Amino acid sequence: MRRREFLGAAGALALAACAKGTRSLPPGELQGGNFALGHRLGQGDFPAAAEIRPVEVLIVGAGIAGLSAAWRLQRAGFEDFALLELEASPGGNSRYARSPVCAHPLGAHYLPLPNPEARAVRALLADLGVLKGDPWALKPEYDEAYLCHSPQERLYRFGVWQEGLVPHLGLAAGEREQMARFFARMADFKALGDSRGRTFALPLAYARPDASTAALDRLTLFDWLKAEGFDSPSLHWYLNYACRDDYGTDYRQVSAWAGIHYFAGRTGEGGLGAGDTVLTAPEGNGWIVRRLAERLPGRLHTGLAVHGLRQEEGRVHVDAWSENEGRSLRYQARQVIWAAPLFLLPRVAPQLPPDLAAAIAPLSHAPWLVASLHLAAPPEAGAGTPLAWDNVLYDSPGLGYVVATHQQIRRAPPGPTVLTYYRPLSGEDPRLARQRLLDTPREIWAEAILSDLGRAHRDIRSLTTRLDVFRHGHAMARPLPGFLDGARRARLARGWGRVRLAHADMSGMSLFEEANYWGVRAAEQLLREAGGRLAERLA
Amino acid sequence: MQHALLASVFIIASCGLAYELVAAALASYLLGDSVTQFSTIIGAYLFAMGVGSWLSRYVGGNLVRRFIQIEMLVGVLGGFAAVGLFLAFAAQMGPFRVLLYLSVLAVGTLVGLEIPLVMRILKREVAFKELVSRVLAVDYLGALAVSVLFPLLLAPYLGLMRTGLLFGLLNVGVAVWALYLFRAQLPRSRDLYLAAGASVALLAGGLAVAGQVSDTAESWLYADEVIHMESSPYQRIVVTRWRDDIRLFLNQNLQFSSRDEYRYHEALVHPGLAALPGARRILVLGGGDGFAVREILRYPQIQSVTLVDLDPAMTRLFATAPLLTQLNGNALNDSRVTVVNADAAIWLEENGEAFDFVVVDFPDPSNFALGKLYSTGFYRLLARHLAPGGRIVVQATSPYYARRSYWTIVATLEAAGFRTAPYHALVPSFGEWGYVLAGREAPGLPTAYPEGLRFLTVAGTADLFRFPADMERLPVEPNRLNEQSLVRLFEQEWHGAAR
Ligand SMILES: Cc1cc2nc3c(=O)[nH]c(=O)nc-3n(C[C@H](O)[C@H](O)[C@H](O)COP(=O)(O)OP(=O)(O)OC[C@H]3O[C@@H](n4cnc5c(N)ncnc54)[C@H](O)[C@@H]3O)c2cc1C
Repeated sequence: MRRREFLGAAGALALAACAKGTRSLPPGELQGGNFALGHRLGQGDFPAAAEIRPVEVLIVGAGIAGLSAAWRLQRAGFEDFALLELEASPGGNSRYARSPVCAHPLGAHYLPLPNPEARAVRALLADLGVLKGDPWALKPEYDEAYLCHSPQERLYRFGVWQEGLVPHLGLAAGEREQMARFFARMADFKALGDSRGRTFALPLAYARPDASTAALDRLTLFDWLKAEGFDSPSLHWYLNYACRDDYGTDYRQVSAWAGIHYFAGRTGEGGLGAGDTVLTAPEGNGWIVRRLAERLPGRLHTGLAVHGLRQEEGRVHVDAWSENEGRSLRYQARQVIWAAPLFLLPRVAPQLPPDLAAAIAPLSHAPWLVASLHLAAPPEAGAGTPLAWDNVLYDSPGLGYVVATHQQIRRAPPGPTVLTYYRPLSGEDPRLARQRLLDTPREIWAEAILSDLGRAHRDIRSLTTRLDVFRHGHAMARPLPGFLDGARRARLARGWGRVRLAHADMSGMSLFEEANYWGVRAAEQLLREAGGRLAERLA
Repeated sequence: MQHALLASVFIIASCGLAYELVAAALASYLLGDSVTQFSTIIGAYLFAMGVGSWLSRYVGGNLVRRFIQIEMLVGVLGGFAAVGLFLAFAAQMGPFRVLLYLSVLAVGTLVGLEIPLVMRILKREVAFKELVSRVLAVDYLGALAVSVLFPLLLAPYLGLMRTGLLFGLLNVGVAVWALYLFRAQLPRSRDLYLAAGASVALLAGGLAVAGQVSDTAESWLYADEVIHMESSPYQRIVVTRWRDDIRLFLNQNLQFSSRDEYRYHEALVHPGLAALPGARRILVLGGGDGFAVREILRYPQIQSVTLVDLDPAMTRLFATAPLLTQLNGNALNDSRVTVVNADAAIWLEENGEAFDFVVVDFPDPSNFALGKLYSTGFYRLLARHLAPGGRIVVQATSPYYARRSYWTIVATLEAAGFRTAPYHALVPSFGEWGYVLAGREAPGLPTAYPEGLRFLTVAGTADLFRFPADMERLPVEPNRLNEQSLVRLFEQEWHGAAR
């Protein structure tokens, strides 16, 4: 067995070396955001605007937050808005790709069944027809086409695929005891709260941290584990996996409060046997992006990068550069929802109040690598649980892969498929990691990915017909100790005059629920100011 | 010298992987189609290789000599493993599983010894670090070559036995080559030369007769005379005959015996269809043997029958082989019948047609892919193709051997919005078999059957819908896609029943 594992890594590298790096690699492209343009935004060397476009409300950024804001405005019958997006397609971190084989995610790939307090998510899912019946039910019914089919997850360790992601095969007795104790602790945290809400609610805005739990935000998850006497290597691996998965950040750096929130925050369940599974689709969370963007003809403008923002005489002047047209446009809006990453705001808005800039400054972002592997057929069945939706390798630099065709109903031996492989560049300084992400050629990433997967799938190289590498430079806000600071978050929530802020960055935890909450909240504030009373409050 | 050894590493690696794949494929072929078969064999093999490479440090003496001996042993054992196992299985000799694992462990251990030995021999020639990477790269290439060739060329064209033997010969070839290369270091080795000659002769002989051996052995398996054998990309199709009894096996599983298939197919079609005098358009999913279609064509008012079966080999066979078309009344060539070779779910997703009666005759839910065809999701998809007043009938495994599985299927249809009428019939070659009739309204029972039925009578029909105590309904959850409870249940129940 050792020989095989060794082969996976060493053999592949040796092979690559003798093949001069490229010959044995499947073709593919290096993709990702427009990094050059993103960089230019801060420098301000754009020509003066060639055209002025008045609009009532302008939303900057068509990620989940921006799209959710637009959805909320439309739901209230408000249509006088425009949505600007820097990239050629909407979605941000929840973008997806089409392919003749199967659509597949380029970022976010699942949405856990929403908590009762995530009212905006529930209303959105009901609107999209995926949540059926009463959206406020304790356990609503969901369309089973979107509930992740079984088998959902498996973990490769000791040469065997075990069902689920929590290691349970080959554990020492002490480890078992610690696992049980850990999950019991998490259940206690989950139950904490008072009449006003749960301590670890999601969206974070509903959370009610008290003095003792707030103390958890002063140390890292790793230190908390040590202090609590948890030293099982399997448990540590699993918790680090969880932090890298949800926050793109190593558990040695994540705030213990955020780490615990991963386990204590979610209470959403579905009726009819759905349990606490997740919603997914071939394109990951991209299906929501697609459905929302379809409703925005003429309002969503892609390929427009906002590079200047000033408030003046009751209006906000927003300058946007169109790479395609080679000119700048000026939008004159009465109100703006800033749904792009917060760290860009100080760069494009010189007037930004210093206290707001100071509240944004502590944010740092984890870079991510997402690879799409087109396969001629699914990999050969290894020992143990058959191919699942999410397939994770123990002790891997990556987080494993999801299978785009998983939700299909097929009788035939399955044909071609697409695997999406995830790897956060966690555990190093994000700026250095980002530089490495941008400087490293595709071949090196492809080689690393194939040899990582090759440990579990000997046939991965021969099956892979194409391997594209997608880079997210500023992907996820990192919830480091101190991120929970109430005064800082309150300052962000106040926004800046006619400019309201809406992005997952606002809560420092990059999750669908957060992005959606802030987008819907900003839209509701606007609506209330414009028209008085709201028929419903979702955020 | 160095290159020669590296070349042999390439061959050794190919052989090592080939034996492993042959054993795993043979096991899943002979013991049934569950994935566990394949994976436990691979697990055992990898384990044995680990043992072998650990043992290699205790191999001493003249390393080259040992290496040559091991190569011949691997060649003969690995080469004949498939033949031996197949014969043992067919002749029902001894406990097959024990033999299977013994041979896998033996071959795996020997294969595990090979590479470390080569490394030790090579170490005398090349700097170690460079050596490791070269050997590993070549080893990797060898394995890669086989993993590509095996499913594409070797297994389909050569078959498992010949593939095994061929790689056995290659292994012995390495031994012969080494004998020649190291002749200077191998004084007084007549025994080695003799052994090499014998191994080559044995394997070559095996290769020459492998075809006959496999046909003979396979025909032992089926007690009766095999009259047709064919492998399609989807399954192994075997038809046997003993006097007037013709039987069809798919992947070793009995599909019908001509003695009593009328019971199965009359029960499948008529309780539903005879109660629908207005039925014109019929859909059959699965059932490429054409028997269900034969029953459907008894009704003069039927205008069209669409048969969707995955495997063109099946529908071709049952549309052309005289013995078989005689059995199915040449149903597949009837002008009212359209045969579509497609995956049922894809076909349903891509077509908008509606039908008055749908027959669902899929293989039992023995893996996750098949389990999806018995899910609320699939039945909802099917519901979109049901005309007003239409009915569906589903073959639903045995309510006796797999009672929970059967009632799970009933519960699943109900959860998908159907009213059901579960029933069963005794088919001697299968045992008690279960069906479920379903519709948007509660299905009613027929008051008349077409002429010429041998099993069903109007008076006896009500009995089919009554379940005795040992098959009565159990409280079970429907089979939802996010749980796939049916696959897990089915595996438990048939596992329990088969042993
Ligand atoms: C690889 C990966 C996997 C993930 N997986 C999950 C998951 O499975 N589940 C989950 O809940 N979350 C996941 N996430 C978190 C994800 O970030 C959130 O779910 C959500 O997509 C964040 O949305 P947002 O709108 O807040 O931010 P963003 O996605 O950052 O959206 C901001 C948008 O603004 C645009 N923009 C930026 N600058 C400008 C400018 N100057 N002018 C105009 N437009 C601009 C950007 O192009 C982008 O489209 C994942 C993230 C990554 C990176």
